[in-house]
Amino acid sequence: MQPDADVILDVRDLEAYYGESKALHGVTLEIRQGELVTLLGRNGAGKSTTLKCIMGAIPRRYGSILLRGAEVISAPSNKIARMGVAWCPENRGIFSSLSVEENLLLPPIIAPGGLSVEEIYTLFPNLAERRRSQGTRLSGGEQQMLAIGRILRTGARFLLMDEPTEGLAPVIIQKIGDAIRLLKERGYTILLVEQNFHFASSVADRHYVMEDGLIAEHILAADIGGATERLHEYLAV
Amino acid sequence: MDMIFGVPLPLLLGQLVLGLINGATYAILSLGLAVIFGMLKVINFAHGAQYMLGAFVAWMMASWLGLGFWYALILAPLVVGAGGIVLERVFLRHLYDKDHLFGLLFTFGFALVAEGLFRYHFGSTGQIYSNPIPGGMQLGFMFLPYYRIFIVGIALLICFGTWFVIERTKLGAYLRAATEDPVLVRAFGINVPLLITLTYGFGVALAALAGVIAAPIQNVSPLMGSHIIITVFAVVVIGGLNSIMGAIITGFALGLIEGLAKVFIPEMSNTVVFVIMAIVLLLRPAGLFGQEQ
Repeated sequence: MQPDADVILDVRDLEAYYGESKALHGVTLEIRQGELVTLLGRNGAGKSTTLKCIMGAIPRRYGSILLRGAEVISAPSNKIARMGVAWCPENRGIFSSLSVEENLLLPPIIAPGGLSVEEIYTLFPNLAERRRSQGTRLSGGEQQMLAIGRILRTGARFLLMDEPTEGLAPVIIQKIGDAIRLLKERGYTILLVEQNFHFASSVADRHYVMEDGLIAEHILAADIGGATERLHEYLAV
Repeated sequence: MDMIFGVPLPLLLGQLVLGLINGATYAILSLGLAVIFGMLKVINFAHGAQYMLGAFVAWMMASWLGLGFWYALILAPLVVGAGGIVLERVFLRHLYDKDHLFGLLFTFGFALVAEGLFRYHFGSTGQIYSNPIPGGMQLGFMFLPYYRIFIVGIALLICFGTWFVIERTKLGAYLRAATEDPVLVRAFGINVPLLITLTYGFGVALAALAGVIAAPIQNVSPLMGSHIIITVFAVVVIGGLNSIMGAIITGFALGLIEGLAKVFIPEMSNTVVFVIMAIVLLLRPAGLFGQEQ
């Protein structure tokens, strides 16, 4: 079967291991050009692991991951990045030995069409003011802006975002939400891991719900009203 | 004659100059160790052997090929550094996901094998390497050979150059970031394994360079590395294993302190570095310039 040209990511029967313990038991999902899709689920459901597998950052992964039709299940993550995928990790990954500006400029440009440094500073003015500071001296919200800002420079058009709102104040969450909506308008494809269902439902086209290393449910944004109760069950801690 | 604390001034100054020259070698060697440890998290026990190899390659170039010191200064570090790259690709690479102890044991084993082979072949008396810059100047309190001035100069140049590349350039930013989180840096599209290989090659080349520089002022002997490396390990422990600047400053400073010890407490001159190391380990286990992990 010819792969659909619109499909950016096609994950099938993805399994992953940390040492001897199996974290993913056959995840299958699909994302099309320009979509914003969330992965919902409890802590330990396998959301972050799924992102890491797509990025190639977990050594023991099996199954199939097609990026625009090309198999990358065993590709090294630097190759996957060069295919236009960028990852904003859960711990934000801000480097303490680099200044804010060095952090921002660290990821190499992999394709034309990324945001310029000025555009990023316009999007997140806090970063411009603190460009000379040590990266890890920023507040949590500023670090998150830096982690998002730096992958927008590279020209990658498919973004993997791992809980960008975690631990942040509502006013900052709103700012991050604005930035994500702007990216969607500009045609970026985004796979967003979230525990904050309210935030997720305000930005996403579709939702995958994960449980115990599997996709438990697939919900379109339009059907979200009828699924709220079930979702609360999945997400309840 | 001028005296300071009951010691003739010329003697004191003379020992300080000698200490500075020893410190120059310590600085280059400990810099290489710190650079390697930062990226590979491997304590490179082969560093002394690679220093010895640098000196021997220079000696072989001179006596077998007729290539002089200035060729050796460039070529010997390249040759030994290339050997380091092979070592990393073929062996060390497979040990990163194991306990750090394996890397240490492997490099220690390599050092024993290399030194053993050279001792078997060349004996342990050592070979003479002629001084490329004969002559010197009379400073009044001592005669200072030009070559020793050259050693201090080139050591400062190399240390500053390495510091500059790591702290002030884009390549250095990749290295610093990869030291913190190699998985994420790789996920930005940077070939981190290649970066690691080249870092090891560079650190080994630094050791070899120190060996080439040392060749004219001491016998080129299979054991020259194991003599100096123990002191150099103490230097990096004092400075902090993960600090580039710490390695440089501590290298020079301990050379000077050894020089002072030779004047004031001669019996302690060989152990003063280790006494300082013990004190630093008690008070600041991460080293004077290191960051607590």
